[in-house]
Amino acid sequence: MSGKSTLHESDVSIVLCGQAGQGIQTVEFLLTRILKIAGFNVFATKEYMSRIRGGANSTQIRVASRKVSAPVNRIDVLVALNEGALQHVAARISRETMVLAEKSVVGDEADLGSSKFIDVPFTETASEIGDKVYANTVAVGTIAGLLGVKLGDISDYIKRFFSAKSSEIVQGNVKSAEAGHKIGRELAASGAIDLDIAADTQASDEILLNGAEAVGLGAIAGGCNFIASYPMSPSTGVLAFLAKHGSDFDIIAEQAEDEIAAINMALGAWYAGARAMVTTSGGGFALMTEGLSLAGMLETPVVIHLAQRPGPATGLPTRTEQGDLELALYAGHGEFPRIIFAPGTLQEAFYLTQKAFNLADKYQVPVFVLTDQYMIDSYYNVPSFNLSDVRVEKFIIKTAADYRRYELTKDGISPRGIPGFGEGLVAVDSDEHDEAGHITEDLDLRVKMVDKRLKRLEAMQAEAVHPELVGKSDYENLLICWGSTYHIAREALAELARDDTALLHCKQVYPLGPGVADHLKKARRTILIEGNATGQFGKLIRLHVGIDVHEQILKYSGLSFTVEEVVNRLETLLA
Amino acid sequence: MEAEAFEAGDIDIAWCPGCGNFPILKALKQALAELDIDPSGLVLVSGIGQAAKIPHYFRTNLFDGLHGRALPPATAIKAANPSLTVIAESGDGDMYGEGGNHFIHTIRRNPDITNIVHDNMVYGLTKGQASPTSRIGFKTPVQVAGVFLEPFNPLAAAIALSAGFVARAFAGHIEQTKDIIKKAVTHKGYALVDVLQPCVTFNKVNTYQWFKENCYYLEDSHDSSDRSGAFNRAIETKRLPLGTFYVNPGKDSFEDNIGVYREDKRPLYERDVDLEKLGALVDSFKMVG
Repeated sequence: MSGKSTLHESDVSIVLCGQAGQGIQTVEFLLTRILKIAGFNVFATKEYMSRIRGGANSTQIRVASRKVSAPVNRIDVLVALNEGALQHVAARISRETMVLAEKSVVGDEADLGSSKFIDVPFTETASEIGDKVYANTVAVGTIAGLLGVKLGDISDYIKRFFSAKSSEIVQGNVKSAEAGHKIGRELAASGAIDLDIAADTQASDEILLNGAEAVGLGAIAGGCNFIASYPMSPSTGVLAFLAKHGSDFDIIAEQAEDEIAAINMALGAWYAGARAMVTTSGGGFALMTEGLSLAGMLETPVVIHLAQRPGPATGLPTRTEQGDLELALYAGHGEFPRIIFAPGTLQEAFYLTQKAFNLADKYQVPVFVLTDQYMIDSYYNVPSFNLSDVRVEKFIIKTAADYRRYELTKDGISPRGIPGFGEGLVAVDSDEHDEAGHITEDLDLRVKMVDKRLKRLEAMQAEAVHPELVGKSDYENLLICWGSTYHIAREALAELARDDTALLHCKQVYPLGPGVADHLKKARRTILIEGNATGQFGKLIRLHVGIDVHEQILKYSGLSFTVEEVVNRLETLLA
Repeated sequence: MEAEAFEAGDIDIAWCPGCGNFPILKALKQALAELDIDPSGLVLVSGIGQAAKIPHYFRTNLFDGLHGRALPPATAIKAANPSLTVIAESGDGDMYGEGGNHFIHTIRRNPDITNIVHDNMVYGLTKGQASPTSRIGFKTPVQVAGVFLEPFNPLAAAIALSAGFVARAFAGHIEQTKDIIKKAVTHKGYALVDVLQPCVTFNKVNTYQWFKENCYYLEDSHDSSDRSGAFNRAIETKRLPLGTFYVNPGKDSFEDNIGVYREDKRPLYERDVDLEKLGALVDSFKMVG
């Protein structure tokens, strides 16, 4: 495409925008898969409103010959499907943006910002085929055609996708995709648009999934066989994923009456020998904090997937933020240890969720997997997960007749028995208790029990997952990120191409292992990037590492960072 | 089996002398002994309150959780290992007040557990405030002008929700209470036993004498399969009927419905994830074929 920098030569950003209910998500679903099958590297992220019809939703699909896993502000090709769509993304339209839309649909907006408007008869074509609802599929065909995807690949996938529908609907969609493909090929041939992206042979052998699926697969790999949760955006995808695959993997997936019931069910399940998790978001997790404290007292394992969205209260239900780190860190009355993972990639979402089950069982503590709407809803291709190293580590013991659940031990870990396995009895109690699990007000024993519960933190800390350093180890400036900002920060750093700046990605944010302090001390200047307003991870670092970060790049608009934003902020800071 | 099998040994019981909890404890031990339920295969789940301490006075597995939250873990324990006998037991404030939402939805979910509620119409451990079942006009340090909220009717609510087994007992009648508990434990699916009991310290109105005068047993001719008939008896409030109000033995339990035990009866802890199948699922995300 003309006018683009060399870095973008083989990397195109396509944005599709329409109203809720118009099928933008279906378009995203179809296009990402068709492009993946055609061998492209694909990244897709969506932003949508908390409503079922109307408004304006958009999805960005990056197609590239190299791997891309982060959103950009730039729009190379914009497909606008309704009036208001262009307005919705006006700030991102540049002179170079190629707008594909139907003039009769978008009206005067056609002139917004861009000088490259191409009138494409999406609706008209669909109506001729039989129904204007096929306009989306025409758009899918057009984009795929522009990128040179073979017609057979498109229609094969369309047939697969609509296989449960009537033959009329299948045929209508196939014809629409074909018509769109023709439009796309003609536009390419005319030279109006040139999207010459090379396929990547590696990509075709990779897997394409989103964050919810990566967490769900990780849970299965961790031996999860029980999930109880209450639906709440953006966390529900994990519940739905495990429910869908429940019969194949012996998983009980229960929609609880509220989040309080959900976490109490999870604790009951672990008590009886299951491996359980909950998936929730801010307000739902707030309701679980009493149960979290119960896990702390009972020393019952539990895995909590906490998908963050902007608060306080209901906040922005369908948007993203990294605002609940401190909530996860401090939730629950009383003092007890916990582990918090913050995966930055889909691979980490898989492997860390898997690990969360083993560590929860090993240390008998709550383990958090902290994600956010942006990560949960974003798709990209990654190498297939390697299951050869996956081990479901179980720490349940068969009890003897004299079994005591809270036996005082050197490392604070009391071997965990379950009822009905062995001759012993298993008593757990939310009151302070003696070694046998019965209520006590022996205050000397209380001190011993507190010490025992907290003692486990030492081993948990020693086993903390190391942060990942990207860039040269003799850096002067260190950019620090955690969770979903990883790929964005990484691409920004690559674009910046500075030898003196490296990136430290913390995938375990609590407890912090010693590696974090070592890296921070080496830096002349530290810059923190996180998606909240108060720099929560910075505060955590100050508290636990004793270092103040020098600069912060924060965002809390409800949208994730884009690569350009981080580049611009870094350029200013490092100038 | 003898009730001694459940004796906890030399323990300090935190109940007041004369508390209605003592006869319920005795009736429960006898019922379980007569049903030959082994302590190692039994789990008592409770919440918080004086009644909720009952598992500690038992030789058994126990999960003494949070106030109002006994039913969700009880449901999950049974679901994770259906071979266990699971009893969720607590007071009226715990089950019907703090845990009211769980009470409703556990009935709908229908796990094969027994729910025994010690119903003394008052909060004991927090020293004498009204409970959801306190009668109109009952004066307390908080309800200073007397209770004016409509009392919660657990039996009518349970029958309205189509619970499979709904009964009421009186702690003063150990033998009859034991028999009702035995029926509840052997019922497949959720079973509610609301046990009226006096609180000798904080309820000077609903005493042993008061219950004796104001309770009577349902006639032998009562048809416990007739749901609307049972509902009509449950809403009698002048004198309180005792016995088994409603039984529907034909309902599938939660464990029947969740699917994981349809072909494989092993509890979840004996199972392992099928990594080969997981590999195939991961591969399906390649989107080919």
